[in-house]
Amino acid sequence: MNRVYMDHNATTPVDPAVLDAMLPFLTTNFGNAASIHSFGQKARAAVESARDSVAALLGARPQEIVFTSGGTESDNHAIFGIVSGPAHIITTAIEHEAVLNTCQALEKSGVAVTYLPVDPAGLVDPEAVRRALRPETILITVMHANNELGTIQPLAEIGKIAEQAGVYFHTDAVQSAGKIPVSVDQLGVDLLSLSGHKFYAPKGVGALYIRSGTRLRQLLYGGHHQRGFRPGTENVPGIAGLGKAADIAKNSLAETASRMEALRNRLERGILERVPQARVNAAAAPRTPNTSNILFPGLEGEALVIALDLKGLACSTGAACSSGAVEPSHVLTAIGLPPEEARASLRFSLGRHTTDADIAFALEVVPAAVAQLRELSPTCRKGAGAP
Amino acid sequence: MSVASQNELTPQPSSKPGGLVAVAMSGGVDSSAVAALLLRQGREVVGLTMQLWNQRRLPELMGETPAHGRCCSLDDVYDAKRVAQHLGFSHYVVNFESQFEERVVRPFVAEYLSGRTPIACANCNTDVKFEPLLLMARQAGAERLATGHYARVRRNPETNRFELLRARDESKDQTYFLFGLTQDQLARTDFPLGELTKEEARELARSAGLAVADKPESMELCFVPNGNYAQFIEAYQRDQGAPLPAAGGEIARQNGEVLAHHAGLHQFTVGQRKGLGVSTGEPLYVISIDPAANRVTVGEDAALRQTACEVERVNWIACATPPAPVRAEVKIRHKHEAAAATVEALDATRARVTFDAPQRAITPGQAAVFYSGEVVLGGGWIAREK
Repeated sequence: MNRVYMDHNATTPVDPAVLDAMLPFLTTNFGNAASIHSFGQKARAAVESARDSVAALLGARPQEIVFTSGGTESDNHAIFGIVSGPAHIITTAIEHEAVLNTCQALEKSGVAVTYLPVDPAGLVDPEAVRRALRPETILITVMHANNELGTIQPLAEIGKIAEQAGVYFHTDAVQSAGKIPVSVDQLGVDLLSLSGHKFYAPKGVGALYIRSGTRLRQLLYGGHHQRGFRPGTENVPGIAGLGKAADIAKNSLAETASRMEALRNRLERGILERVPQARVNAAAAPRTPNTSNILFPGLEGEALVIALDLKGLACSTGAACSSGAVEPSHVLTAIGLPPEEARASLRFSLGRHTTDADIAFALEVVPAAVAQLRELSPTCRKGAGAP
Repeated sequence: MSVASQNELTPQPSSKPGGLVAVAMSGGVDSSAVAALLLRQGREVVGLTMQLWNQRRLPELMGETPAHGRCCSLDDVYDAKRVAQHLGFSHYVVNFESQFEERVVRPFVAEYLSGRTPIACANCNTDVKFEPLLLMARQAGAERLATGHYARVRRNPETNRFELLRARDESKDQTYFLFGLTQDQLARTDFPLGELTKEEARELARSAGLAVADKPESMELCFVPNGNYAQFIEAYQRDQGAPLPAAGGEIARQNGEVLAHHAGLHQFTVGQRKGLGVSTGEPLYVISIDPAANRVTVGEDAALRQTACEVERVNWIACATPPAPVRAEVKIRHKHEAAAATVEALDATRARVTFDAPQRAITPGQAAVFYSGEVVLGGGWIAREK
């Protein structure tokens, strides 16, 4: 059957060019980048070339890039690496669990954490960040783009506030890197996390940008790989893939973004025209060009996702927990949606390879599935969903 | 991005006879066998596993008990996913935690606290599996829901009603937990194991190459894996910031003689002998529990025997509310041998059951299910004697 994938914020396929860049390091050039012989030298060259590419994507210097296993490790390293003792962290209510749960773990050891609210558009107010500052504040961590809504936070303004206050500033840029321009200097961040598989590199590789001069403790202990910042034999094929993905993203970012945005807008307009009462969450905010979060009042989003998957359209609702069941989204709750509306919201996230035909397919199956669900929904039949 | 899928995991809706059927999959052998059986019959299948209870909710109860058999343990979810993967159909985990807590766990605790002995599985069937899960299955595009229960459904052309029948394998029969199903629910339900024995179901799973074929059965209530209900109730009350059951009430004989004091009514059930904390030389049993007086009344075995009880929230299945008393065999516990009785409907939702011979430990909160041979006439919940 025809299958259309609209869940690129969850993960993306490995780009064929990325795969080509990786393959030699799984076979012929299998050396350990820490070895001194020619096998090791080839691997080392690939790692360092990838470091250049990732640095270039972020406007950073290569020595400021550390390769990790992905976004979660980068976030953990940034936060645990900065914070210790009786300190204070400022973050937001809509962070990814990799940040939220790290902060919560620190709270148990006596660290104070401020979780700033966001407005209905999903944006944090930079002035609220300033007001939350305390003498003991050591870190501000605010995500760049939100995974569920796509909203882009005013990081540059927050960066200025952090700099004035002399507080470290970290951002989880897992959902923005490769989709929109990311410049560590323009944003004013000291630490930035990214993940390869969100932009066409494989799973299991990511990076942490660490501004020169940042005093970051080690998270892992082992050999002297990556100047001791991140011991462990380098994942050479993954890193080579990440480098290639960064090159591709950098070279085609503007063109890809505008094409995806046009498709995304067509999808949104089409759904709003065809589905009564549907609305776009956080439409008022600047958003990543590929993400659309749409509320279908009165529906059970979980049932809609299943119905659509059975028809061949893959999208998502909320965030999957360990069992794969859907939990009420803390992000949608934070923008003020009541639980039933949070459960009735679906995320469509497009990718570089999404086509006009994919959008047409979605515009065919989504309204039909919504109509079928509304027919069966007890709340809609009672008219509770009517305006 | 559009991809033609290499392995056809998802069936095209209604490209095969009978349309899409959702299988409620627990990860156990029975529901896995159901999926295998339906596929063998040429049906299109989608698997749904309910996430009902998060064991981490009450961390004080975690510990020595193995993960297997725990409600929604990840092992069981993965087992269900592996079965679906192996047999080649789509599988989804659906979150019913809030419904389960509201409709099953909370009533379970409340019943114990008010001196009754509830059956959580029957509530779960009536109020979760065959209500929101069936609805979700339909919304996802499946017209019918199949489960691994040992029971049968058929439509009686004469009465034009859907009937619930005992399983062919009477030792596995689960109709006692299914008496609350409505006509609408029965009309959309399949119990494919109703004609099979447990061993046949295992053999079916084995022949389909399912890894769960020899998985042990879970006997305990899924959200209380160690079987210690009292401990669960205390932990839940603490979690909710609710008061613990009042200790210090009397354990007394029927003549009023106080023998001991108890640590909370939730630790008792009618007919219980062990754990009374009374030593009188003669065997004593819980005869009744009075929440108003916070008193447990104990007595000899003979005092446990009663001939009649009132049943509330009655659901009639095989017939509408009968205008005259009907003869039936009535089962008052899962392991009780159904006993001959007369059932008289008092109104649309209440009935009086009068047994031909006294029955031991008729327990408020348990179900009384009325059978006529293999057919379930209906059933309800045993009320406290007024």
